Formats: sequence, C-alpha cells, structure tokens
Amino acid sequence: MDNRNRRLDIALGMGLAAFVLIPWYRIEVGFLSFGWLADFPADPAVAPGILHIIGGRWWLSSAALLMAVCAGARFVSDPMRRGALLAWSGALGVFFLSLQGLAVGFSGWTWAISETMFGTLVDGQPSMGAGAVLACVAFVLIFSFGLAERGVMKGDAFIVASIAMLVFLVAIFVFYPVGSMLIGALQDFDGSFNPDGFIRNIQDPSIWSLGCVAGGERCGVAWRTLWLAIMTAGGSTIMGLAFALVATRTRFPFKKGLRLLTVLPIITPPFVIGLALTLLFGRAGVVTQSLSSLFGIEPGRWLYGLTGIWIAQVLSFTPISFLVLIGVVEGVSPSMEEASQTLRADRWRTFWRVSLPLMKPGLANAFLIGFIESMADFGNPLVLGGSHGVLSTEIFFAVVGSQNDPSRAAVLAIILLCFTLTAFLAQRFWLSGKNFATVTGKGDSGIHISLPRPLSIGVHAMVIPWMMFTLVIYGMIVFGGFVKTWGLDNSLTLDHYVRAFSLEFANGTIAWTGVAWNSFWTTMEIALISAPLTAAVGLLTAYLIVRQKFAGRNVFEFALMMSFAIPGTVIGISYIMAFNLPPLEMTGSALILIACFVFRNMPVGVRGGVAAMSQLDKSLDEASLTLGATSFRTIRKVILPLLRPAITAALVYSFVRAITSISAVIFLVSAEYNMATAYIVGLVENGEYGVAIAYSSMLIVVMIAIIAGFQLLVGERRLRRENRVSGIAAAAPTTAIGQEKTA
Amino acid sequence: MTTSGSVVFKNIRKQFGNFTAIHDLSFTIEPGQLVTLLGPSGCGKTTTLRMLAGLEHPTSGRILIGGKDVTMLPANERDVSMVFQSYALFPHMNSLDNVAYGLESSGMRKKDARERAEESLKLVGLAGMGGRLPAELSGGQQQRVAVARALVLEPQVLLLDEPLSNLDARLRRQVRTEIRELQQRLGFTAVYVTHDQEEALAVSDRIVIMKDGDIAQQGSPRDLYEAPASAFIADFMGEANVVPCDVITVGGQDATIRIGAFEHRVPSRNARLGPAKLAVRPNAITLEPATGAAFPGQILHSAYLGAHVEYEVETSNGKLFVVDPAVERPLTPATEVAVGFKGRGIAIING
Repeated sequence: MDNRNRRLDIALGMGLAAFVLIPWYRIEVGFLSFGWLADFPADPAVAPGILHIIGGRWWLSSAALLMAVCAGARFVSDPMRRGALLAWSGALGVFFLSLQGLAVGFSGWTWAISETMFGTLVDGQPSMGAGAVLACVAFVLIFSFGLAERGVMKGDAFIVASIAMLVFLVAIFVFYPVGSMLIGALQDFDGSFNPDGFIRNIQDPSIWSLGCVAGGERCGVAWRTLWLAIMTAGGSTIMGLAFALVATRTRFPFKKGLRLLTVLPIITPPFVIGLALTLLFGRAGVVTQSLSSLFGIEPGRWLYGLTGIWIAQVLSFTPISFLVLIGVVEGVSPSMEEASQTLRADRWRTFWRVSLPLMKPGLANAFLIGFIESMADFGNPLVLGGSHGVLSTEIFFAVVGSQNDPSRAAVLAIILLCFTLTAFLAQRFWLSGKNFATVTGKGDSGIHISLPRPLSIGVHAMVIPWMMFTLVIYGMIVFGGFVKTWGLDNSLTLDHYVRAFSLEFANGTIAWTGVAWNSFWTTMEIALISAPLTAAVGLLTAYLIVRQKFAGRNVFEFALMMSFAIPGTVIGISYIMAFNLPPLEMTGSALILIACFVFRNMPVGVRGGVAAMSQLDKSLDEASLTLGATSFRTIRKVILPLLRPAITAALVYSFVRAITSISAVIFLVSAEYNMATAYIVGLVENGEYGVAIAYSSMLIVVMIAIIAGFQLLVGERRLRRENRVSGIAAAAPTTAIGQEKTA
Repeated sequence: MTTSGSVVFKNIRKQFGNFTAIHDLSFTIEPGQLVTLLGPSGCGKTTTLRMLAGLEHPTSGRILIGGKDVTMLPANERDVSMVFQSYALFPHMNSLDNVAYGLESSGMRKKDARERAEESLKLVGLAGMGGRLPAELSGGQQQRVAVARALVLEPQVLLLDEPLSNLDARLRRQVRTEIRELQQRLGFTAVYVTHDQEEALAVSDRIVIMKDGDIAQQGSPRDLYEAPASAFIADFMGEANVVPCDVITVGGQDATIRIGAFEHRVPSRNARLGPAKLAVRPNAITLEPATGAAFPGQILHSAYLGAHVEYEVETSNGKLFVVDPAVERPLTPATEVAVGFKGRGIAIING
C-alpha cells in the first residue's frame, strides 16, 4: 500500500500546486520566463486557480472540488472502493476542465445553450496556462492510479497511466484539431453556426468542375489533384519496380549506388527537387536556354503546372517506392520460380504468370503510398504549381492569400483528407493479409531466375537514364548555390553562401550575420527538442501495442496510424484553427511546432518499435516483472538496451524530418520561430533562388553529417546474439520510414 | 531460504474473450512442498502458473500466497519468482548482473546485491562464471543461472514453467535431480509445470493433473500411477490399456475381476461390484505362444527396442499394447498367443 499512497500523493501534490502555487491562465510572455514571479499571486493575470475561484470564476470550483474528493479518497481503506472513487473523480476532473475550457471563452460563454442555462457571464477567461494544464495531468494520473488499484492492466499503474496520457495527448493534438477544423468549416467568423460558407465552397465549380473532360475549361482542383496523384503513384510504382528488378534480378554493376538512392528522400527537403527542375527546365533554366539558343525553340512555361509537379513527384517518390518494392521482389520465393521452370514454363511465362502475380499486393501497396505522398506533397506544387495549384497549395493560399477564407480552407482540407484516408483505409483493410511475400523460417535455397531478355533491356532502359537524371538533379542542387544568377549570369560565386551563412568576429564573440542563421538555429533547436520526445512517445506506444493487451488496443493503434495519413497541410490548417483561441492558445510559439512534429512523426517510431519489439521474447519482460522490477524499470533496464538500433533510427528519423518538413510547418511558423524550410520557401517566392539553393544544399550536408554521426555513435555492441535481433530491428525502421514518409 | 509460503486457489476462473481457460479451480499447496501441475498442452496449467505469478489476473476467484490475498497485486509486488521455459535471461547482461537484477530492483545496494548473487551462483555450481553473457553459457548452465536468479530473491514460492524442455534428454535427468535436491535442501515451496509425466513422477511431492481447465485428479505420484481415477489419468500417467471388465468379488485388499471367461485378482482400492474398467500397464501383460487359451490373442505388429520388445496384440477385447522384456524370444506377427496379467500394474477404474 505504501507504494500506492506514495504515487497518489505525488499526483495530489501536483493537483494542489496547480490550484495554489502557479498561475492558472496563460501568460503572454511565456511561463518559462518566470517574469510572473514578481506579481504572483495578487495580479489577476498570473493568479493561481484558487484566487480565480474566489474572484468570481466560479466554474473552476467544480474542478477544485473534484481534486478535494481525490484527496479525501486517499484515506478510504477498501482498495476497490478507493480505486473506483479515484477513477471517477479523475475522469470527471478531466471532463470538467475540458468542458469549462470549451464553454467559457475570452468574453463569456461560447455556446448559446449555456448562456440560457446559467445566465450571461460578466467576464470570460483567457487560455489555459500552466496551472490548468498541470491540473489536467494530475487528474489523468489520479484516474489511472484509481484504475490500477482496481486491478486494471494487472494493477500496473505505469502502464495504465501511459495509456491514459497517450490517449489524452493524441486526443488533444490529433483529434481535437481535426475536429475543430470540421466544425470551423461550418462556422462564421464570430463562431456562430453558419453553413453558408461550407455550402458555397463545397459546390464551388473551381473545385469540382469536370470541364476538361468536355474539352475547353479547366478541371476543378479536386480532380486535378486526384489525376496527379494517380499519375504520380503509377509513375513512381513502375519506376520503383524497375529499380527493384534491376537491383535483385540482374547483374547491374552499381547496385550499391541504387541502395544509396533510398536515403535521398529522407534527407531532401521536399521542394528541393522542384527547385532543381526550375534551374534546368524553367524559363531561365540551363536546358531551356541552350535549346533556345541552339534550335531557336521558344522558352515555354510548360514546367509550371501539373507536368512539372508530376516529374518532380515521380523523382521524389521513386526511391520510396523502390524501398517498398525491393522487399516484395526479394520476398518472392525462388523455389516458386524454379518450380515454374521445371513445369516447362519459359522465363517470360514464369515472370508474367508467377513472379508478377506474387508481387501484386506489394505493387498495390507501393501505388497507394505513392498516391498518399502525392496528395500530401506541398513543397513541389508550391514551387512549380504556378496558377495550376493542387489541393494542398490551394488550402495554403486560402488562408494566407488575399482571399483569407478559413471556411474554404477547411472545405478543401476535408476533401483532401477524404482522398488520403480512403487510400489509407484501402491499404489497411483491402491489402492486409494479402501479402504473398514468402519469407519462411526455412532456409529457402535456390536463386531467382534472371529476367526475360526484352524485359531486362526495358528495365535497364528506364533505370539508367533515371539514375543519370537524379544525379544531374542533385548536381544542380549543389552547383546551383555557386552560380550568380541563373540563366542571366552564370559566373561562379560564393555570394549566396556568404549572404546566408556569414560570420563576423567582433570583440572576441561571434556575430551570426548571415540571413539564414536565425532560422537555422531555430530549426536545430526545435528538431533537437522534438526528436527525443518523438522517439520516446513512439517507442512507448509501440511497447503498449506489442506488449499490453487492453480493450480498444486495435482502435488505439489504428487511430495513431491514421494520424499519419493526414496530410501536413491539413494538420497545419487544423492546428491554426484549434490553437489560436482559448482554451488552448499556442500559435506563434515553439510549443506548437514541437507538438506538430511529435505527433506527425511518432507513427514511424511506433512502426519501428513494433517491428523491433516483436523480435524480443515476451518472457524477458515477464522475467523482469517476477523479479520484482516495475514495468518502468523493465523498460529502462531490459527493453531499451535491447532496442538501441530502433531507438537510433527513430531519433535520427524524427530529427531529420523536423528539419525537412514544410507542409504543416509553413502554417505554424512565426517571426520569432521561423524554420529553415519555411524561410527557404520565402526566398523562392521572392525569386532569390541562389540563396535558397545554397541554404538547401547546406541542410542536406548537415543531415548527411548527422546521419553518419549517429551511425558511428551506435557502434559497440556487447552481446553476441543481439546482432541477430538488431539486424532485423535496424532493417525494420528503414522500411517503416519508406512506407510512412508523407511530406 | 527463511520463508516458504502456502498457496491457495479459491474458485479461480479465467476467461480470454469467449474462451474459458480455467473453469473453477481450487487447490491448496502446503509450505515446503513441490507440487507439479501436469497435463496435456492447452489444459490450463501454464495459465494457472501465470496467474500465481501475477502475469495474468483471474476473471474471478481469489489467490492467497502465504495467507495474504494477492489476487489484484501486479507481478512485481508478489513474493514469488519464476523460472521460464525459455529461461528469459537478459541477453545484454552477464550472469552475475542477471542474478543481481531482482535484488537491485527491490532496492538493495549494488555491492551487496552482487555479493548475494555470487553466493547464489555458487549454490547452483556456477561459481566464477558471473562474467559470462548468457550466449556464452551452455544450455544447462543457462538453466542454472535462471534458477539462481529466481532463488536469490528467497521467494515464498518458486514457480518453474517447463524448466527442462529446452535441455537434451540426458541433461534433463541430471538437472531434474538437481532441482529436486535443491528444493529439499532449502525447503522452499515450488510449483512446477510440465507435460512430461516421468518428470512429474520424479520430482513431485504431489501432482495435480489438469484437463480442459479443471483438475482431473490430484495426489501423490504413487496414488496417481497406481490408482488412476479415470481412463484419461491412467493413459496419461504412463500408457495404459483400458479394458472393460466386471468386478465380481470385493474383499479386503483384493478384488476379483472377470473379462469374458478370464478371471484375475487385483488390488481392490474402493472398487465397487459390477461393470468397471481396467487400466492395464503395458508391462503388466504376459504373452505365451499358445492357442486356445482363456484370453486368446494374435500378434499384429512387433518392434524390437533392445531392452524390450513392443507388441500390438489383437484380442476379443480390443487391441492391447504390450511391453515384453523377453527379447530372447521374439514373436512374429500372426503368432497366436495366450494373454495373461501380472499381479501389479493393474488398476480398477470405477464408473
């Protein structure tokens, strides 16, 4: 019982502190500046919850009362009754806190129904601050401890608390924003119900027009996006398959180089390919210019539109598709092909009738991933879209542009979300269990037959030019930073790097005079904070999913994975809509960026963790438990050390993703917290291609250095047998990354 | 080992979804006893053990260890420890750290924990092997580290989940003797799960045979072998031929049974008059090459196994499986034989 009282006392202490010791509401200058200490507790702006209750904000008293009930429940002796009491008051506490936050806004009631029930409020309330948040956390903990005392999850308080906290966080940072966005679509500026904007936008011919089929008019943006996504998915799947076949079924000499390709999409900021294409084929591009001068071909604008976006996307996503398909192509058991040959089928027939059908589910999977990627892609359309936007950019312009129509943005976001979720659900349900990849425990001897000759020539003819093209593209990225002005003045210069990254030494200190430093250091700081959080949350979730059985586990996992199919633009717009007003106000802070990264990148940590943890014998955990260790100690001492490769992968990945992502970030950055990618996009919009390219290539170099550094750090492994485990564990996250990278 | 606790299961029921693994299980284990849970796979014996360890919680019912109600306690707050089938040694820690792990978890200083762990390793005959990683130990050594790791905590009850199943046959016999010797020397309560009846007979004070989530029979090894309560027990505890018979007289120690025209005297053990079943051990049957005997049979198959010969014999009361030590006189298939019973190895099953 000691143990139970101790942990309960800690939670109750937190609850007490939340009401008495720290400011209840949000402080404009930030809680961590601690400027509030001077005026505490008398000034109403920084007063603790208890003073607000006395001062007239009576609706907070229900929460305070429930906290008092929890404190009283501590002295109930019957464990079952005590558990029930704690669980109920904890749950009610969370409920009441959320309810009052939603119901009472800046200037009084937010809902008409509460106004009629309780009368008009003289004074509203600001957004929740440290006190309110701490009170919520305390209630969640008390709720979990209550359940644990009633024997839920075998009485393991740590597990119950982890699940409760994760559900709580996912609800706040994934479902609440998306929900707010859906509601936002139906609201007027003042928050009253008004479906006019929604109805007007959902019927907008510029979204749904099918004019292009009839000939003449342009098609609506929804159809264009869908068409682009299908073309990109098809293109990248075919290219990916060609690459995978070359890598496994031919004697191609540069197979190592092919593998290297798979790293590229991870380290390339999403708009960089588009940028490089402009340098080649834009109106001032090298190719365009030389064709013009050599053959007199008029420089066209063909790149700016769906064609250009399509090329950029196929270039960007082919490596991902390759990563998915190489596993599939290798997974086809050689003995199947050998069996087919002994049944007198020639190589051509074997490939078409045996090998390819066995790869079908994998191909469908690669197609759907490409589809989701293309839908979610924001960087390339932004750089290349011109006036022919796609959904993700239209959403952006609906908010930041002159139209400033949040309702339109919400409607577009809903349409985009419907497309990606449909693809995600198809991938999840239709393809699950349809995997023919025949990897068994038995040593599957035999060798893959080589490809039929015409096919072999075909795939080489696709792969070799594409590889060269990729090389040229990346060459452009490096080279582009050193050229004065593209197309006009092709002399070499270091000006762009100097402008971006210049340093001055004055008075023995370094002055960061380059224009890029500000956003660069912000990016590093945010990425460094969010990477360990992402890895921790992701791996904890993986542990819960793999090791614990609880009601709703499948729903839990599904909801988490689904959050990854939500395009970044949709997340961005929904975060703005949800976190701009009370009860939670975070826009313009670093916190919102960190939250965004953690919950967008977490599923990769989950995938990797699940894959790695499934390799660990469950009896290891159980042994630790029966030896008297708590599950927290078990995780720390037994599971984490054995999961080191997965942890590294999750850390590196989330770090790199925080640096390269743009789609959600561009909505969330502020003057104070500007991220590198958003800054580069700004440069591109101003036409400062040189600096943009210089900055991008610098980012790529930094990321390569970081990945290589991590690889070296992981180093030394003590156990002989771990190599086997880690081999799988290390391989798994890369696959997961490939499957989950949505820009 | 200072404490050895009793174990009480009261009306335990365990459901996994719609499947009921344990129906209504009640039993008591006295302090200092080694009790084996024996049964075919899927009978619920491992579930029972895991509930005792706290790795599963019962759907209803109560579990007491050393007189204290632990039904709702998590595994790490129970005074039991467990030896796993796979040993579950932490692969990233050496043997000494593995053994010290539990002590450190309960808050002992690192130095003291290591000293105690060293002693415990010595107890299982692995003095000086503390620096080795599990992967650098043989199967038998790993098994002993697992035992040392569980014993060093001086639990009220030690749980062993098929601890020998990963060892080869020769080693199995040796380790089984070691475990029994250690248990008797230190006097701790132990619950042992196995599906191997020979192992159960060799180590146990008492055996609980489980079938489909219920107790089929419990008692001392000798009781179970010699007086099985059902055909299932008889067959499970060493093979047995089950033959229908009539009990015609019961008197004192003995009873007379009749099969067809054949009569035989066997130990009575609560036998009732009337139709019953007879469990006959394969080595309690004699075969003589002859025809026209009271209980005639014909050899169907024979297999020469060095120390004895196994026969399958067709009789009017069904096929009998016979183990015959007379290797010098092999009987070929189709030979007509006279079937007889010995005085021991035969039990009446009532009902």
